[in-house]
Amino acid sequence: MALDITWAVDWVRRSAAVISEHRVELLTLDREIGDGDHGENMDRGFQAVLPKLDDLPAGSTPGDVLKLVATTLISTVGGAAGPLYGTAYLKGAVAAGPATSLDGAAIAALLAAARDGIVTRGKAEPGDKTMIDAWTPAVDAAEAAANDGGSAADVLAAAADAARSGAEATEPLVARKGRASYLGERSAGHRDPGAQSTALLLQAAADAANAAAGA
Amino acid sequence: MGGSGKVGLVFVSHSSRIAEGLVELARQMAPTATLVAAGGTDDGRIGTSFDRVSGAIAEADAGSGVVVLCDLGSAILTAETALDFLDDEVRARVRIADAPLVEGGVAAAVSAEGGDDLDHVLGAAESARGAASEISDAGTPAGTTAGGSETSRHSRTVTLINADGLHARPAAELVKLASTFPQRVTVNGTDAKSLLAIMSLGLTKGATVEIASDDPEGAQAVDALAALAESGFGEA
Repeated sequence: MALDITWAVDWVRRSAAVISEHRVELLTLDREIGDGDHGENMDRGFQAVLPKLDDLPAGSTPGDVLKLVATTLISTVGGAAGPLYGTAYLKGAVAAGPATSLDGAAIAALLAAARDGIVTRGKAEPGDKTMIDAWTPAVDAAEAAANDGGSAADVLAAAADAARSGAEATEPLVARKGRASYLGERSAGHRDPGAQSTALLLQAAADAANAAAGA
Repeated sequence: MGGSGKVGLVFVSHSSRIAEGLVELARQMAPTATLVAAGGTDDGRIGTSFDRVSGAIAEADAGSGVVVLCDLGSAILTAETALDFLDDEVRARVRIADAPLVEGGVAAAVSAEGGDDLDHVLGAAESARGAASEISDAGTPAGTTAGGSETSRHSRTVTLINADGLHARPAAELVKLASTFPQRVTVNGTDAKSLLAIMSLGLTKGATVEIASDDPEGAQAVDALAALAESGFGEA
């Protein structure tokens, strides 16, 4: 089944919940190789989105929800994650367009646009030990699932699985972008917090799709 | 660009105190330029704020353009995102300088103070890239005589009489005056239009300074700069 505004809102609520739940984990990861604010910043950003969901006008689309997340994260997340995720959600919103429901192919296109936005903004490449290392396999898996005729939920499940593996695979990498790159070799052995939060957010999207399919 | 005002500057730092301190520092040499600090997050933490940066750009824009200087990577991301949200017409006159915040900020402030246009102010900021390596070259007249024959070289030797020598404000005045001439002029072999290079010469009171130009048309510029130095830059 295709995913609509209910899924989009549920994704945001689940995102806020999972980020809150993993706040300390993200803080710890970021303290090891960064400036130690990723969990707090992301938590503040998503908590700021929640009350605004209730103010969405009737007839809003999934794209409207993503745009709301984008502008809120850009304004409330102080670190690099604000502009990076903000750009991702904004590009995702543009890809979703005015559609009221999104099928597997549309979801894959949305994720690809989000990933492209992060690449443009952050200029990171795969292997730099950044959130791109979760996004790139996620988009590849999503596109493969969509090409196989997968539903929106199938596409998100494939993306979430690949993002989680991608985040785990950042552990041995030496950072080449962002604050962790100042640590050089010492950044190896720690998972990238941005890749980890990407995995959490895409899992939340997949969970919301499962809930919608089961409803 | 039909703006009537000067080019404005925005200093984006993770720390509000760094951004405000840089305004204070640059203000010494640029008392009337529009310098806007955009440091820290909205609630006063370390970080950068999209709203603060966007607001600062609007405040700094008098129609002649804005040059934005940033510290660490995410400050640049925030500034770039803020640019994305500007109207096309405004965005066309906003530039993010690829320059170190403090050195580039000071150089850009002096340029903006002198009424330079957007490209020149941006160029002044970006001239601060590799300022450290420039310092090791300072005082070496390499390249300054190439192409100019001895007969076309104009040179004056003056002794600095003012208390501060060629530092801070006097250096800025010298650079400002040098920038009004199209010809290349050097001070002890260093480009007289580069504030950072001049300041890094570290010339103090009593120092002997050679002001020179290899340009056949450069005599007037050399004389003007020599006269400024001999006047003590207006200092007692």
